[in-house]
Amino acid sequence: MKEEPVLSLFDLRLSDVHDRLARKELSVSELTETSLKRIAETDGKIGAFLTLDEEGARQTAKALDEQLAAGGERGLLFGLPAGIKDNMVTEGLRTTCASRFLDNHIPIYDATAVRKLRSAQAVTVGKLNMDEFAMGGSNENSAYQPVRNPWDLSRVPGGSSGGSAAAVAAGQAYFTLGSDTGGSIRQPAAYCGVVGLKPTYGLVSRFGLVAFASSLDQIGPVTKNVEDAAFVLQAIAGHDPMDSTSADVDIPDYTAALSGDVRGLRIGVPKEYLGQGVDPRVKERVLEALGQFESLGAAWEEVSLPHTEYAVAAYYLLASSEASSNLARFDGVRYGVRAENPDNLMDLYRRSRSEGFGPEVKRRIMLGTYALSSGYYDAYYLKAQKVRTLIKRDFDQAFEKYDLIVGPTAPTPAFKLGEQVGDPLQMYMNDILTIPVSLAGVPAISVPCGFADGLPVGLQIIGKPFDETTVLRAAHAYESATDHHTRRPALS
Amino acid sequence: MSISAKDVEHVADLARLDLSDEEKDRFAGQLNAILKYAEKLNELDTDGVEPTSHVLPLANVMREDEVRPSWPIEKVLANAPDEEDGQFKVPAVLE
Repeated sequence: MKEEPVLSLFDLRLSDVHDRLARKELSVSELTETSLKRIAETDGKIGAFLTLDEEGARQTAKALDEQLAAGGERGLLFGLPAGIKDNMVTEGLRTTCASRFLDNHIPIYDATAVRKLRSAQAVTVGKLNMDEFAMGGSNENSAYQPVRNPWDLSRVPGGSSGGSAAAVAAGQAYFTLGSDTGGSIRQPAAYCGVVGLKPTYGLVSRFGLVAFASSLDQIGPVTKNVEDAAFVLQAIAGHDPMDSTSADVDIPDYTAALSGDVRGLRIGVPKEYLGQGVDPRVKERVLEALGQFESLGAAWEEVSLPHTEYAVAAYYLLASSEASSNLARFDGVRYGVRAENPDNLMDLYRRSRSEGFGPEVKRRIMLGTYALSSGYYDAYYLKAQKVRTLIKRDFDQAFEKYDLIVGPTAPTPAFKLGEQVGDPLQMYMNDILTIPVSLAGVPAISVPCGFADGLPVGLQIIGKPFDETTVLRAAHAYESATDHHTRRPALS
Repeated sequence: MSISAKDVEHVADLARLDLSDEEKDRFAGQLNAILKYAEKLNELDTDGVEPTSHVLPLANVMREDEVRPSWPIEKVLANAPDEEDGQFKVPAVLE
């Protein structure tokens, strides 16, 4: 598809936006209206938003403009229109997880990441579409509507954070938040030609993120460029006593790390990430990117992560087991949609769940329940946990020698809607290069690295635990030397 | 190992799901395909390998046992499908 620039305020760098605001050449209300207008014009085609908060956004914008007039300290994300994946609870704003079960759910509090966005003075414009309860890689599992890829409306945006990636690609929001369990930020970012960062497990609080697989879930930014990702991460990272798995670590200055200098960096490229099943066009783009890193003064060589081929099997057993436990809370008693006229309490549970959950959610609950059930626990769940240890060791060993691990984010560009819905196993294979990273809990970013017949390709840069600074520094240096991230879909 | 329609019924019962006959057939086929793929893990010798349940080196996270403010009842009940006298209401459990 032919691309043309979307002339938008959202193409400005964050520092330029803030300069213009400071010089009174721009107001937060103008920024907010840009977002709302773009959504109104394009979302009929894209389907990225499930709930809009026009009134709330305008009120926030007005208050921020008053603050601007009065002068004083501005938040890190001051005035930037943001979309939030609909599995993060937002006080007073409907949160559905793209499930019929939560069709009517109005949360009574904010997720910590959402609260931190508010403290940083971003403007929330609405809640973003996703695969139901974040289970899926194409966004076709939304109970409401599929999301369409802005680069080709016949193709999927990826998932599960498909709305988060499509909204940024289509210029509907300045940035968005997504969540990543097995690739759900990185894979849609790759398919939609935007930047998506999955932080180290535990860096961003999961409090208020509706749990899918608690040992894997992590919130992160989706943005147009690496600098924005560093700013958003700065705003949302940090220890939270409300999440007992939140890491108590010092938070560095991420934007200060964007020096552009990657000289001397040692990069390992897993041969398993460029092997069988990887589209030759994707492989070509990744090799070009590695050449770019070389010319910037970094060195790369091939490495092996020998247990890569076992990651998908281990992941689906572990994530589904955790999901079957986490989703037991949706029983139709305290919130959500309750089945009508239940015969008794058991009938209430069973019918509320059966009517409320879609097919993929039921399938994963079934798989997880089976894997955890008496007689099968050792063969499936425990075995998968042991394989997880082997996969983590692959990364530990590679990081003894290398600063970063680099490969494709996904084996192919975006596929067509409907192409894979009948075959869950084939769908699961799209995450083959992101899942090992999730199992190891390490940070990774996807950045645009070119196109394959008009469809964006993503480069995945993987770092050591809590070494987001090196990941961002390398991604930023690469991005600064290329122009892939500046291209916008024509949306015709 | 292969999952029969009867196994699917048993698991659905544990998961508190009612499945139609069509769903039972479909899930039996799909779950068998997924579990067959998962048998790939048996190629690996994992004797003596510790399981990883969590990547962070976390032990129990403790805090002081002190009284903190909680949500008011009306907020807690705000999303309840049915409620009465400040409590969630469900069909009678005892005859």
